[in-house]
Amino acid sequence: MTEKEPKLLLFHAPLLRQDMTTARVMREVIIALLPAAGAAVWFFGFTALLVIGASIAGAVAAEWLFAPRESRGASLLDGSGLLTGLLLGLTLPPGLPMWMAFLGGFAGICLGKVIWGGLGHNLFNPALLGRAFLQATFPIAMTTWTPPAPGEFGVLSGNLALPFMQAGVDGVTAATPLGLLKFEQEVTPLLSLATGNTGGSLGEASGLLLLLGGIFLWIRRDFDWRIPVSILLTVAVFSAVLGLFDAERFPTPLFSIFSGGLLLGAIYMATDPVTSPVTPRGAWIFGIGIGVLVMLIRVFGGLPEGVMYAILLMNAATPLIDRYTQPRVFGREAKSP
Amino acid sequence: MKRNEAYNEFVKGIWRDNPVFVQVLGMCPMLAVTNSAINAIAMGMATFFVLVGSSFLVSSLRQWIPKQVRISCFIIIIATFVTVADYTLLALVPAVHKELGAFIPLIVANCMILGRQEAFASRYPAKLAVMDAIGMAGGFMLALFSLGAIREILGDGALFGVRLFGADFEPWVIMILPPGGFLTLGVILLFFNWFRQKKDEFLDDVAEAQRGSD
Repeated sequence: MTEKEPKLLLFHAPLLRQDMTTARVMREVIIALLPAAGAAVWFFGFTALLVIGASIAGAVAAEWLFAPRESRGASLLDGSGLLTGLLLGLTLPPGLPMWMAFLGGFAGICLGKVIWGGLGHNLFNPALLGRAFLQATFPIAMTTWTPPAPGEFGVLSGNLALPFMQAGVDGVTAATPLGLLKFEQEVTPLLSLATGNTGGSLGEASGLLLLLGGIFLWIRRDFDWRIPVSILLTVAVFSAVLGLFDAERFPTPLFSIFSGGLLLGAIYMATDPVTSPVTPRGAWIFGIGIGVLVMLIRVFGGLPEGVMYAILLMNAATPLIDRYTQPRVFGREAKSP
Repeated sequence: MKRNEAYNEFVKGIWRDNPVFVQVLGMCPMLAVTNSAINAIAMGMATFFVLVGSSFLVSSLRQWIPKQVRISCFIIIIATFVTVADYTLLALVPAVHKELGAFIPLIVANCMILGRQEAFASRYPAKLAVMDAIGMAGGFMLALFSLGAIREILGDGALFGVRLFGADFEPWVIMILPPGGFLTLGVILLFFNWFRQKKDEFLDDVAEAQRGSD
């Protein structure tokens, strides 16, 4: 008697498996960020590698240290700690001492992720929380911007400061385009903004490469396109309207989009699936909220840049947005939740 | 035997029932005035004086305080000692008094103090009540000092105003700001809970082993 091919196969659900896993999304976001990280190395030298490396090391160290003993290796494999470190590193100024970058990565994972219960339970974006911690802890070092030196591949002496010690003064510092606009009424040409040849944090450098990574993520369906689109649209409309009142004083829409950390924040941080709303309507509200807050802080606030606080504030509003934008269940009456 | 009991009341406040790290009481002065070690010590001393004094008085008067109005009686006694502490600090160390500001009068509202009167001093004889108060206030002072020392060392690179790491130290500004108080307290509470969990696990293991060997 020969074995017959079985005619009926029984499976249990889920029958349609998707290859969309956390590890895959994290990997692709990291790939999408690599061109921008490369641009940071080109403009700021190996100093960019040191700062980003230190913040990744801090994030991964915290991830490893606070993982339950049974799943110690597993939580590292999905790459979320690595991504947090990379994102944080890209928001830091080039001359930051490595120990501060390490501390930022460590604090970001501890305060932004571990104490909430790990990946998927956090209210705030860990990378931005790490940056907010550093901003509040070392306000001077976090706002000392070194001008770019394309193609020189140098290392700033500030990076090599001993732990707990101040960074030596590197001589030349430069203001960011937003700082120049706000405090000295000086407009940076759009071409240097788009290519990244301006002072600023590592990842703000190249707007075009960040957009390229965003398009890659959009093609791969790794994020909700509504969030970056609504943020950028809101910012553009807001500054266009302001421009109607006083074109001299307020930035043009393109300047607003390409300056500061807006592209980095809108494409890679606001879209964090854990800390942004899940419903399409919620995503629009979330994005518009961030755009309005960014422009309010930039134009009317005391700080030149507000992307970090705008995203963190809207992160806090995410559970509320999710709650009020839940779609009506078919056949039920529409009523408030 | 009697001495042993008093000793127990004293020790429990320092570690096992530490008012801050275990009972999580008295958070207001804990977070507000611990931005330097000297402020923390001054606040700890004032609280120590108030708690020991009022525990002694409440315990001695406990037969005469009517049950229905006991809370107001406790508060009057506590407020008396707080006023004494307030003026003493003002006379002796005006600089520290200015730094502590409204938080000295607010010792009245410290729930650890009222809690000890309600839970202990009004039920036990004066000797035990005083030992309990010394232990609790000592534990409170210990907690204030450890928080103040950590925050001053990280936030200023100094302890009691003495610079520890030389001029190049980069201060962690957040540590002397309010968020630093929450962060430091959270980390210490984390450590206490972790320690207690480890201890419980260890005791369980020991009990298991004993049952196994029997």
